[in-house]
Amino acid sequence: MLIARGLEKTYRSGERTLTVLRDVDLEIDEGDFVAILGPSGSGKTTLLGLLAGLDTPSRGSVAIDGTDLAPLTEDERARFRRDNVGFVFQSFQLLPSLTALENVQVPLELRGDRNVSARAAALLERVGLSGRLDHYPTQLSGGEQQRVALARAFVHEPRILFADEPTGNLDAATGEGIIALMEELNRERGTTLVLVTHDPLLAGRARRTIRLADGKIVADSAAA
Amino acid sequence: MTTRQLLSLAFRESRFARRRLFLFLSAISLGVAALVAVQGFASTMKREMSAQARAMLGADVQLQSRDPFGPRTTEVLESLARGGIDVARVTSFASMARHAENGATRLVQVRAAEPGFPFYGTIETSPAGQWASLQDDRNAVVEPALVVALGAEIGDVIEIGKARFRIIGELHRMPGDIEIASSFAPRVFIPARYVDETELLGYGARVTYEAFLRVPDPELAETIDEGYRPIWRAERVRSRTLQEQQEQIDEALGMLGRYLGLVGVFALLLGGIGVASAMSAYMSRKVDSIAVLRCLGATSREVLALYLLQAGAMGLLGALVGVLAGAVVQWVLPQMLTGLLPVDVPIRVDGPAALTGLVAGMATALAFALLPLLEIRTVSPLRALRRRVEPLIARGHDKLRLGMAIALVVGVVALIVYQAHDVFAGLGVSLGIGITLLALWLAARACTKLLRRAPHAGFPFMFRQSIANLYRPGNQTMTVVVALGFGAFLLATLVLTQANLLRPLTANSETRFNLVLLDVQVDQIEPVRDVLAMHDIEILDSVPLVSMRIAAVKGEPVRRFLEDELVLDGDGSLPEPTQDLEPDEGRPRRWALRREYRSTFRETLTESERLVAGRWWNERNATDGEAPFAVSLEQDIARDLGVTLGDRIDWDIQGVTVPTVVTSIRAVDWARLEPNFFAVFEPDALRDAPQMWVLLARAETAEARTAAQRDVVAQHPNVSVIDLTLVQAALDEVIGRVSLVIRFLAAFSVATGFVVLLGSVATGRLERIRESVLLKTLGATRRQIGAILLGEYALLGLLAVLVGAGLSLAASWALARFLFDVPFEAALGPMLAIAAVIVALSAAIGLSASREVFRTTPMEALREE
Ligand SMILES: Nc1ncnc2c1ncn2[C@@H]1O[C@H](COP(=O)(O)OP(=O)(O)O)[C@@H](O)[C@H]1O
Ligand SMILES: [Mg+2]
Repeated sequence: MLIARGLEKTYRSGERTLTVLRDVDLEIDEGDFVAILGPSGSGKTTLLGLLAGLDTPSRGSVAIDGTDLAPLTEDERARFRRDNVGFVFQSFQLLPSLTALENVQVPLELRGDRNVSARAAALLERVGLSGRLDHYPTQLSGGEQQRVALARAFVHEPRILFADEPTGNLDAATGEGIIALMEELNRERGTTLVLVTHDPLLAGRARRTIRLADGKIVADSAAA
Repeated sequence: MTTRQLLSLAFRESRFARRRLFLFLSAISLGVAALVAVQGFASTMKREMSAQARAMLGADVQLQSRDPFGPRTTEVLESLARGGIDVARVTSFASMARHAENGATRLVQVRAAEPGFPFYGTIETSPAGQWASLQDDRNAVVEPALVVALGAEIGDVIEIGKARFRIIGELHRMPGDIEIASSFAPRVFIPARYVDETELLGYGARVTYEAFLRVPDPELAETIDEGYRPIWRAERVRSRTLQEQQEQIDEALGMLGRYLGLVGVFALLLGGIGVASAMSAYMSRKVDSIAVLRCLGATSREVLALYLLQAGAMGLLGALVGVLAGAVVQWVLPQMLTGLLPVDVPIRVDGPAALTGLVAGMATALAFALLPLLEIRTVSPLRALRRRVEPLIARGHDKLRLGMAIALVVGVVALIVYQAHDVFAGLGVSLGIGITLLALWLAARACTKLLRRAPHAGFPFMFRQSIANLYRPGNQTMTVVVALGFGAFLLATLVLTQANLLRPLTANSETRFNLVLLDVQVDQIEPVRDVLAMHDIEILDSVPLVSMRIAAVKGEPVRRFLEDELVLDGDGSLPEPTQDLEPDEGRPRRWALRREYRSTFRETLTESERLVAGRWWNERNATDGEAPFAVSLEQDIARDLGVTLGDRIDWDIQGVTVPTVVTSIRAVDWARLEPNFFAVFEPDALRDAPQMWVLLARAETAEARTAAQRDVVAQHPNVSVIDLTLVQAALDEVIGRVSLVIRFLAAFSVATGFVVLLGSVATGRLERIRESVLLKTLGATRRQIGAILLGEYALLGLLAVLVGAGLSLAASWALARFLFDVPFEAALGPMLAIAAVIVALSAAIGLSASREVFRTTPMEALREE
């Protein structure tokens, strides 16, 4: 499903170069649920960005479903994402000027799909927000916003979904609900899940956990 | 993504942020409003004046001369009249009008008209229809200003010279009238057949003789004009046809249109800068949304289209609002200029101007919005993951943006060239703007650097914080200083230049004298002096005037020069005086030879004169009362006559030839109201020539002036008295109106500067809130935070003013020195006023736009994280 080979990411600031990620090799199977764990600053977000094609590695390559992301342009990668990739962010990242329903419609509209509102509404109902279709993000609680974001991430039926600390801004109980929802959707649709967290409890619910420290993979439950 | 989906997403996405886009909209509106207003005004004026050209001329052909028409001209006119062409003559001269009963007097312009005048256009009187009765008897139709000045009523009798006329009506509207002119000398129309009864047309009177011809067929009019022109020219008669009048109007108004068009382009350009600033403010708020959209798979092209659509919609709306606002301004402009315009400017939206405004506004909005918009192509989707860390915009070379910027500059230059109707002028103006912007930018940079370097350790915390704010990451200090500075620069330059140009006119309110008595004959000087003495008025100066023409230059009779021209021109027509631009190879200019000179004689130089060559006669006393006599010429007329020191000029004074030698050349300050002369003679030359005197006197009170006028005119009806305080008041009025309009137009540029300032306030909003909240949590009071913000924006305004006004000093000095050739003096009062207003406004805008900062509680800010 996803194959990363020899990933390395360095940042140059002035004279110094900072290697944030080095020598990461990774394979993720179709329909798997993977949690990436590690202390703050260990490079989790950087890795996620590379795997999702949001950023380009300094060295190495990423291929999703047989498509090598490296030779693609920014826009080609964007088109690839709209068909295959879903996202959930720590800070929800709903578009503030769109209603819940409109937010969920965006990925479909970007593809030029027709009759998008019915599908979006159905998914919002699935995450338990059938009564809040016309509410703006500011009128929703954090948990509700993250559920809208989940609906948006799943609405175009991506083959793989990335989430960067999706519960980081939520209380434990609400976060628990979100993870449960993700698990359900992962099971229902067979979507591959890649979840970044530093909460070992949440990570424990994943089928596979990868531990990062100092930009290197230090443990992988699949390998163990 | 389908177009419909894109449109609806663009619409939805702009929710809540439309308030921000309002800035964008107002920048465009301001520019378009100025463009539409000035262009609409100019083209409406032009259309109106062209339509009324015939009525304004009152005829199809007009002849004009400073002398009575010569025998051949008279013969031509008579034969034309026999041939069925209507001819009406008008004789005009300045004189005093005196109320027959109460004795009140006022200087007037007498127009003695023959029946039929004017052939075109209607003259409105009150009571209505009185113009038709003018010729019936010794009647007068007068301008209302005279009725007021004399305390007269309809039916009263006025005396002009030795004749008496009954006022039968007030003149309300005459085609082509510039209303305010009547405050200098109101006009009095009388029937021509009674003009001799005034006995005012004797020697020395300044009379204009005109003949108006009705030749409805324009081709015939041209034929007549061309056929008889040599005769008219030979007898010093100037002619003008309707067609020439129209061409002149077109040319004059074309100039006005081009000039105003440039003002409009300027305003639109500033609007464009405002757009760019407002757009980047808007985009800085949208970066997160863009990153998310990119994560969700939107291509950079789609994102660009999304925001371009929003910009386009706002541009269209802004242009529409601008067109409407422009129409309002176009309506206000003539109101401000009441009395100064020769036609009524109707209130209506000028179609072409509105369309130009709409298209130019849209184009400007899109073009200038595109610059900041292109930046979002490089917004990384990573920002959605890691908001704080990722740099806002990837820096580095962006060929597309560079190309876009170049295209923009080329477009602007093309627009300016198009408006100027002249490649060189257009390029010159563009270069000027470019240099100004560059200078502003450099000066702004220098100022900010200086501010940063200056030691502020000793200052209170809040002040240091204010300064530090000008350097916060992503600050808009330079943009604001340049934009607002540009506005300040324009306004200050206009005000300074205006002050320099008008200073000579306004300074005269403190002249030594405020009464001028004209046409005083030699034997009247003493009696007039006695009358004035009765009112405690002393004559400060008396100046003799002698009318003359040039008979020969350097021994060459003038007639020869003029005949040469006749041969040279071939078609027998003489070019207009305006057409001979430079005297070639020392040949005199025709008008300088043909004109009548009013010269004087005296022993000394006056205060407004300065010798530039030769010596004055009291130092030399060369001629000992023998011909040729010494004459001193003003430097420009000497150049136009092609003469220098030692050259001979023979003058013709009433048929007597007076030979002279040029012994000195003078520079003259013509701006002074004192009588100044092209030619000043040594006294021996003219002492016995026929002469008229001008007396200058000063009376402290208006009552004394009125009474003295009344008594002088009662005894000496041929003497005209000018009350300079009235002239000054009329001048002040004109100056006031024109200044108002200039400032009004300049205010647009300052307003646009403030739009940019508002844009920068909006851009920094989030950081500002966070920072203020942090300060609050650390214990800062609202007052302290307010002081920091106030300090920051007052500093911004101050920087802009320093830079803009500083450069305007240089610019207006250069204008005064090189273009207008007037002495430069910095009008500090108005400058300080402008500075104070701009600083205060920018502080106020900063504060009010930042009121969100005050409203936000630390709690809200914590929640946002
Ligand atoms: N644009 C950047 N420039 C320089 N260093 C960066 C940049 N982005 C991230 N880093 C650094 O990379 C390291 C890993 O960051 P990140 O992937 O966000 O860690 P995590 O998500 O595990 O907390 C950190 O030390 C961070 O400072
Ligand atoms: Mg992280």
